Amino acid sequence: MLFDLGPLPPANLLAARDQMAVTLGFHIVLACLGVAFPTLLLIANWRAIRSSDADALRLARRWSRIIAVTFAVGAVSGTVLSFEMGLLWPGLMGRFGAAYGIPFAIEGIFFFLEAIFIAIYIYGWDRLSPWTHFLSGIPIALSGFGGTFSVVTANAWMNQPAGFTLGADGQVTDVQPLGVIFNNATWYEAGHMFLAAYMVTGFLLASTYAVGRLRGRMDRYTRLGFIIPFAVAAIATPLQIGMGDIAARAVFTDQPAKFAAMELVQTTGPNTPVVVGGILIDGRVVGGLPIPGLGSLLAGFNTATVVHGLDGIAPADQPPVNIVHLAWDTMLSAGFGLLALAAWFGLTWIRRRELPTSRWFYRFAAVAGAASVVALEAGWIVTEVGRQPWIVYGLLRTVDAVTRAPGAIASFVVVMVIYLILGFATFVVLRSMSRQGADDTADGGEPYGPRR
Amino acid sequence: MSRAEIVAAILWLGVTLYAVLGGADFGAGLWDLLAGNSTNGEPPRALIDASIGPVWEANHTWLIFDLVILWSAFPLAFASLMSTLFVPLTLAAFGIILRGAGFAFRKYTRPLAGRRAFGATFALSSVITPFFLGTALGAIASGRVPAGNAAGDPWTSWLNPTSVLVGCLAVATGAFVAAVFLVSAARRQGDPDLERYFRRRALAVGSVAGGLSIVGLFVLAVDATALYNGLSGRGLPLVVASLILGSTSLVLLARGICRGIRVVAAGAVTAIVWGWGVAQLPAILPGSLTIEAAAAPSGTLDALIVISIAAAVTIGPSLGLLFILDGRSRLQAGH
Repeated sequence: MLFDLGPLPPANLLAARDQMAVTLGFHIVLACLGVAFPTLLLIANWRAIRSSDADALRLARRWSRIIAVTFAVGAVSGTVLSFEMGLLWPGLMGRFGAAYGIPFAIEGIFFFLEAIFIAIYIYGWDRLSPWTHFLSGIPIALSGFGGTFSVVTANAWMNQPAGFTLGADGQVTDVQPLGVIFNNATWYEAGHMFLAAYMVTGFLLASTYAVGRLRGRMDRYTRLGFIIPFAVAAIATPLQIGMGDIAARAVFTDQPAKFAAMELVQTTGPNTPVVVGGILIDGRVVGGLPIPGLGSLLAGFNTATVVHGLDGIAPADQPPVNIVHLAWDTMLSAGFGLLALAAWFGLTWIRRRELPTSRWFYRFAAVAGAASVVALEAGWIVTEVGRQPWIVYGLLRTVDAVTRAPGAIASFVVVMVIYLILGFATFVVLRSMSRQGADDTADGGEPYGPRR
Repeated sequence: MSRAEIVAAILWLGVTLYAVLGGADFGAGLWDLLAGNSTNGEPPRALIDASIGPVWEANHTWLIFDLVILWSAFPLAFASLMSTLFVPLTLAAFGIILRGAGFAFRKYTRPLAGRRAFGATFALSSVITPFFLGTALGAIASGRVPAGNAAGDPWTSWLNPTSVLVGCLAVATGAFVAAVFLVSAARRQGDPDLERYFRRRALAVGSVAGGLSIVGLFVLAVDATALYNGLSGRGLPLVVASLILGSTSLVLLARGICRGIRVVAAGAVTAIVWGWGVAQLPAILPGSLTIEAAAAPSGTLDALIVISIAAAVTIGPSLGLLFILDGRSRLQAGH
C-alpha cells in the first residue's frame, strides 16, 4: 500500500522546511556539545586524578555541570526532531521509513547509553571512587561517537539512498540493513560531522576562557581551561580540512548538482574555476573572484577534469544555487580562519612549549567559538539545501514528502517563539553558571547531589 | 508469532516502560505544580528534584525508542497517525521540550524569580504533555486514525470523549505512580512527614484514577464500541488484573506498607497498557490497518529484532546500575 499524500496546502512546504531548519539548526549545536564535551571533560578529569591537579578537578566539575544542562536541552530538542519526522515529513517516513528508520534505531541505543552514563557520571561525583568515576565517563564519549555515526548515516542515506528495492508502485519491498547503513556517503559525512563536533565544542569552550584572559584572568585555572579545549579543536581543524576535501570530491562524483551549486559552475567542461564569493543572477555570475582551473584541479587533481555545470541540470532539479554557494564560501572562510589560528597556536607550542602571549591571539580565539558555529551551520546548509529539490536524492522530492496538515504555518510560528525563548534562556543560564564563581565547586553543589 | 508481531510486542514493551517510568516523571511534575508556595513547597520539590533528576532523561529515552521502532517497523502507521494527529502531537512535542529545559534550567538558576518561572514551565508542561499524548492514544484506540496522510479529522480525531478520557487517565495514572515512587523515596530518606504527604496524595489521585476508569467503561461502551468489546472480551483478564493491582496498591498505601508497592502500582499500569494492545489485536490502527499490513519488509524487522536484543544486553545492565546507584546514594544521604 503506497502512502498517498493528496493536495498540498499553499506555504506548507516553506513552513515545514523553515521549521526543520530552525529546530535542527538549534539542535545540531547541542548535539556537537553532547558528542565532544564529555571527551574534554574526561581529559580534565584524567589530569585531575593522575597529577592531583586541583585546577583540573575544578574544571572537570564545572564542565560536568554545564554538560548536565546542554545534554538535557539537547535530549528534548532531539525529541522534537523525532516528532517532526512524522509531523512534517509523513511522505518520507510513510514511503521510506522501513529503510531510513534503521540507523535511528541504532542511534537510539547509543543515546540511551549516553543518557544513563551521563547521569551516573554527574551523580557519581564524591560517591564513586575517583577512577571508577572516571571510567563511568568513558561510555559517554564512546556513545557520542556511535551516536554521531548512526544518525549521520541516516542523513547520508538521504543523499545516497541504498540498501533497498523498490516495487513497481514505488513502495520499498526489500531492505538490506547493512546496505542502508554503509551507503556511499556514510563515511565522509560521519567523519566530517564527528570532527565538526570536536571543533565546535573545543573552540566554543576555549573562547569563554579566552575572554577571561582578555579580561585579565591569567591564573593557571583559566590557562588550563583554555588549553584543553583549544588543543583538541586545533588538532581537529587540519584533519577536518582534509576530511572536507575528501567529502567535496565525493559530492563531485555523487551529487553533481550540489557540487555545481557549491562552486557556482555554470557550464559543463574542463578548466572549471573556483569562484570566491559572487552570486548567480539570471544565469550569470555577478561579482566574486574566479580562480581559473582550481575547481577542476580540486575535483580531479587535474585542470582537464570535466565538471558538470548547472546547464546540464534541468531547472526543476537544481538546488537554490546562491544559498548553497554562499554557505559553502562561508564555511570555507571560517574553516581556513580557524586553521590559521590553530597553526598559530601549534607553531608557538612546538617552538616554546607555551601559549601565544599576543592579545590578538586571544581576541581571535574569543571569536573562534562563534566562527566554528557559523562553519557548522553553513556546512549543514550546504548539505541540506544542496540536496534540494530532493528529500531522498533522486527518488523523492521534498514537496512530495511534506505534510498536508493544515496547521503547518501556525506550528512554525509557535516554534519560532519557543526556540527564541529557549535559546535566550539557555544562554542566560549558562552565562550565570559561568559567573557563579569558584565557590560552587567546593560545596559539592552537584546537579544531582543529595540535599544537604 | 510472526516477525511483525514480535516487533509489535517489542514496541508495546517500550510503550509500557514509557507509560510507567516516563509517566511517573510527568506525574512528579504535577506534584511539583501543586506543592504550593516556595516555602511550603520546598521539601516536596526537593524530593521530586532528587528523585527524578538522575533518571528522567533515561526514562524519556523510551519515547524515542518507541518512535524509531514505530517508524521503522510500521512506517505507514507512523505516517498516518503523525499526520492526522498533527495538532495534539505538535503540542506534546512543545510540552516535552519545555518540560526538559524548564527542569534543567531551574536546577542551575539562583534567583527565586527565575527558579519560579522555570519551575512553573517544567510543572505545567508536565501536565499538558501526557494529556495530549493520551488524547492521541485515545484517537488510535477508538479507531479514529485511518491509514493515509491526514486522512482522519484533524480535530474530532482527538477531541472526543474517548481521547479526553485517556488524556485524563494518562495524567492521573502518572501522578499516582509518581506519588507511590515518592512515598518510597521519602521512606528511604527517613522523612515521615514527606512520606505522609505523598501517601495522602497517592490515595487521593489513585481514587480519582479508579473513578475515571469506571466512568471510562461507560464512555467506551458508547463512544468506542470496538475497543469496549475487545477490553471486555480478549482483554478482560488484563483489565481485571489491572483492577486488582490498582486496588491492592491503594490498600497497601492506606496501611502504610511500602514493601513492593512500586511494583504493584507499576503492574496496574502495565496491565492496562497490554489490555489495550490485546483488545485491538490484530490491528495497529483499529479499523484500517493491521500489524501485518503495516509491517516493513522482513529485512527491516530482522534488523530491529537484532537491535532490540543489542539494546536489552547493553541498556538493561546500564539502567540497572543507574537505578541501583540512585537508590543507594539516597540511602546514604538519609543518614
